[in-house]
Amino acid sequence: MNIFPLKKIVLATILSGIFSCAHAALKVGDTLPDLVSYKLEGKLPDSLKGKIVVVDFWASWCLPCAESFPVMDELQKKYGDRVVILAVNVDEKAAKMEKFLTKHPVTFTVVRDGSQKLVAAVEPETMPTSFILDGEGKVKFLHKGFHGDETRQQYISEIDSLLK
Amino acid sequence: MNRIALILLAVITLAITSGCVNVKPWQREHLADYTMQPDRDPLGTAQAEHIWFSREEASGGSGVGGGGCGCN
Repeated sequence: MNIFPLKKIVLATILSGIFSCAHAALKVGDTLPDLVSYKLEGKLPDSLKGKIVVVDFWASWCLPCAESFPVMDELQKKYGDRVVILAVNVDEKAAKMEKFLTKHPVTFTVVRDGSQKLVAAVEPETMPTSFILDGEGKVKFLHKGFHGDETRQQYISEIDSLLK
Repeated sequence: MNRIALILLAVITLAITSGCVNVKPWQREHLADYTMQPDRDPLGTAQAEHIWFSREEASGGSGVGGGGCGCN
């Protein structure tokens, strides 16, 4: 009797090894998880349904994030109620986020994912990463990092295309 | 495939994949800190490179390589 199913154990080991390396990041076409269930610190907009939403994951220690903030603020002012800019901070300490926001004041919504559960579910590949969602909450565009005016122009053309 | 080969395969797979743990982008606060930069002190770096050059008769190789032509 084979009490030591070696082949099965080897197969399971290999598969578990492979899958432990894999990750399922949020990508274009996916739906953003329900933000309410993540108990984010800060006030979320009343309703995102039917609105174009830019969800931006950022951290206070990230220099490109600081560069992106004036652009995000410009977009919020340009599009007003038609677009919601939602910046999700992933700092471990709230004080660092607050210090950053004092230095870089903005008009768009900022919430904090202190438990880092949302960011772990979304798995952005870099900081900052932003997702542009359509009115149904589906990711239409994805930006990894921030590359100055090039990214700004992309934001504008992508948001314009969704508003049409 | 015999039993030893299978065990060896499992051990190698475990050894390789157990190292597949990386710091997530949102956990890089300390790595992004200024003090973690290897070139935060240009004068100190220049001095260290000069000492290395003087004592080892070697230079370069501590930063990003060039075109790979080997002509320097």
